Amino acid sequence: MSLHIDMETKNDVLLLRLSGELDHHSADVLRAEATKAIETHDIRHIILNLEQLDFMDSSGLGVILGRYKQIKQQHGEMVVCAISPPIQRLFDMSGLFKIIRLEPTEEFALRVLGVA
Amino acid sequence: MKNEMQLQFTALSQNESFARVTVAAFVAQLDPTMDELTEIKTVVSEAVTNAIIHGYNNDPSGTVFISVKIEDSFIELEIRDEGSGILDIEEARQPLFTTKPELERSGMGFTIMENFMDEIDVHSELGIGTTIRLRKHLAKSEMLCN
Repeated sequence: MSLHIDMETKNDVLLLRLSGELDHHSADVLRAEATKAIETHDIRHIILNLEQLDFMDSSGLGVILGRYKQIKQQHGEMVVCAISPPIQRLFDMSGLFKIIRLEPTEEFALRVLGVA
Repeated sequence: MKNEMQLQFTALSQNESFARVTVAAFVAQLDPTMDELTEIKTVVSEAVTNAIIHGYNNDPSGTVFISVKIEDSFIELEIRDEGSGILDIEEARQPLFTTKPELERSGMGFTIMENFMDEIDVHSELGIGTTIRLRKHLAKSEMLCN
């Protein structure tokens, strides 16, 4: 199973809904597509909805951290929502939640960034 | 019961998914929990990705070798490459350490392997390659054996 990326923009917020598997192979695709969207639509904030993501490894952490660094330059924020327990363990291990905000649902995440 | 299998494939990122799914299918006969299966898939993915990116520097002429042994409630995984080898294993195992930050590597591969498995043994020689041995004891299988 590969990765499917559903993208939506709301003002300066890029909403990424990921489904399938995020590993080294699919991370390259996500990096390219997200970077292009951030640059084309003047994106400041990113919401990552991981509800349908079945698998992720440290390559996923790398590409997420890379996009965080990208929007941090615009003084933006990254919000992760609807994360599953196994994937949350990887985030906890890496300390990414010290810089990335976690919300239970996409609705909460949209509200936090003022685009609900 | 003792059972084992070997697998070898081209060092292409497309095969990372194949490797973890195949290993998971083999160990499924021990009736692991969903969490244990996810942990095993994740560590296979980490070790295979390391072999492809670091061992072979993304050169697809390399081959990745996997061996899996199961006995009662124990799993032993061996992931091997014949690539460049690791200069400093202690440094490589530090959380967030990476030699390839430009490729957005998180430096969490070894930390995840250490956390998700009971034992890890890394053997590496420059110019010869790297072998990672990982062992895990499945909690549920032991209950069934007893």
